[in-house]
Amino acid sequence: MTEPGVLAELPESGAIWLRDLRRDALDRFSKLGLPGPSEEDWRHTSVAPIAEGRFRRARLPEAYPEPAFRDWSGSRLVFVNGRYVPGLSSARPGARVVPMSQMLQKDGKELEPWLKETSATGAFAALNTALFEDGAYIEIDGSPVEPVHIVFLSAAQGEPAAAHVRVMIRLSAGSRAVIVEEYLSPGGTSNWTNSVAQIKLSENASLEHIRVQRDGAESLHVGLTEVRQARDSRYASRAFSFGGRLVRHDLDVRLEGEGAECQLDGLYFLKDSDHVDNHTRVDHAKPHTTSRELYKGVLDGVSRAVFNGAIVVRPNAQKISSVQSNKNLLLSSEGLVHTKPEFKIYANDVQCKHGATIGQLSSEALFYLRSRGIDETEARRLLVYAFVGEMVSRVGMAGPRQALAEELWGG
Amino acid sequence: MSLLEIRDLKVRVGDKQILGGIDLKVEAGQIHAIMGPNGSGKSTLAHILAGREGFVPTGGSVSFDGKDLLAMAPEIRAREGVFLAFQYPVEIPGVSNKYFLKAAYNAIRKHKGLEELGAGAFLKLIKERAKLVELDPTLLDRPVNEGFSGGEKKRNEILQLAVLEPKLAILDETDSGLDIDALKVVASGINAMRHPSRSFVVVTHYQRLLDYLVPDVVHVLVNGRIVKSGDKKLALELEEKGYGWIEAQDRERVAQP
Repeated sequence: MTEPGVLAELPESGAIWLRDLRRDALDRFSKLGLPGPSEEDWRHTSVAPIAEGRFRRARLPEAYPEPAFRDWSGSRLVFVNGRYVPGLSSARPGARVVPMSQMLQKDGKELEPWLKETSATGAFAALNTALFEDGAYIEIDGSPVEPVHIVFLSAAQGEPAAAHVRVMIRLSAGSRAVIVEEYLSPGGTSNWTNSVAQIKLSENASLEHIRVQRDGAESLHVGLTEVRQARDSRYASRAFSFGGRLVRHDLDVRLEGEGAECQLDGLYFLKDSDHVDNHTRVDHAKPHTTSRELYKGVLDGVSRAVFNGAIVVRPNAQKISSVQSNKNLLLSSEGLVHTKPEFKIYANDVQCKHGATIGQLSSEALFYLRSRGIDETEARRLLVYAFVGEMVSRVGMAGPRQALAEELWGG
Repeated sequence: MSLLEIRDLKVRVGDKQILGGIDLKVEAGQIHAIMGPNGSGKSTLAHILAGREGFVPTGGSVSFDGKDLLAMAPEIRAREGVFLAFQYPVEIPGVSNKYFLKAAYNAIRKHKGLEELGAGAFLKLIKERAKLVELDPTLLDRPVNEGFSGGEKKRNEILQLAVLEPKLAILDETDSGLDIDALKVVASGINAMRHPSRSFVVVTHYQRLLDYLVPDVVHVLVNGRIVKSGDKKLALELEEKGYGWIEAQDRERVAQP
């Protein structure tokens, strides 16, 4: 099957192994085709805007709105329409932070096994492997105190464009880092971003991964974050989504060593006709592993959200502990949430808990605030912020935390 | 002009007529107690004055400081100087008590054309007022009423009263659920807020709060009407004899109009 709208010519440059890899991936994509509503994982999210779109290969536009960066210290890699922009980027000592395009040219052999070992077998990931040209490569050894900031800006280039970007993050044994991965697009672009992030934590490594997806109402975004955790490693994901026409994020964490822990925090903050789908999957492959997950959502307008939380406990993965929660706040009568926990437990000595709620602003609380002189708009804003504030406060790094707090407070 | 003047107020909640024509005049500086058996409409009267949604006036009028109170949104009533101390204060997780108080305080200041108070000056003010009700200052940093004990919630209500300095404070069963020590603390906090230009309407089922908060007038509400008014001795009489005799009188009145 062919999908002329989403297919572009394979990038021609690169080593033989890379061209082979791309060709295999493209074959896989052609066999799979784009997912449809008959697939359980895509039941509530239609990829029609992608299937029916005609996307040009993304290029660096002549002009684009330069993002106003806050003054955090640390390395920053900036990509516009999937192309590395050195002028907006800055490297600092302490971590190896390199654009993928440079890695592929110089140190490609280093990447080969890792690119191949991804278990991301879905259609979008295959397409990403076939077509990605740039992205970020980050290697942390030790404990850089400064965060690493990766920014993907999507800008109008005349016609809708597709950017396939790859992020690869590796933390060596015992190292610690904070990485901010940000997707931005100004309103009015109907570009599609297809991202794959592969994250590998060695023994006792610790990563806080702040992923912020802040797209315009017409934007399309499909992302996969694949995390592999060795013994005693700790991974904290803070995933914020501010909507878009079609947004899908798959977060796939495998706890491959005893004592590994993950904390998955998410917030989707939607309005108008946004559609955001979060699929998370935690694979407890070894005993004594821990997962904690809290996703919250706020829906206004006719927005739609999907939350699917899969937890897999392998045979013999005894003494694991898993807690999952999804809480939603509907601000309008037409917002809609599909929430579904999915537990597959093949061990018998485990602790698993889950819960989901969908509610509205409390009329009692609204009246209480108003009876003290606070007007209705402000009272609603206070109560909405009270709901989402918990997710903001979990962000460990002050700069992004402050930015998110202001954005959510203003929204 | 009275501070509060209620004329023949009739109120419906859902399909039910709860208040059947209330007349009440409260002068500046006075304390009025509204007493009555359960279900007589006391809380409804308190809530209609604060502007609670779902409480529908079907007749009569309420004038507050010369203005039509029923025409105002709840927040405007608060800014004009009406305060309701809730029988069941609402818990608001995620909003700090301090932030909430400051937002309320400054909304009222703004309405009066005054400048907003800065963070430092405001903190000083609330700490000083918290002493009036012996409220543990750490509760100021906690989310509004969340996890507070019953007594702490009631003190927090009176703290808000002390900070917002209304012209009319309506206390809805503020004494309920308080032990005698807590009751004394709350009453002394209220007494500290007495002022020639501030009036209180104290809604209560029991007389005991009135030992500490001496009313100028006591009204007895039965079946949505004020059936008897008197001075503080009426409260004592009710304490002694209960509400039965007064309900019986009311039934006779209804039977022989």
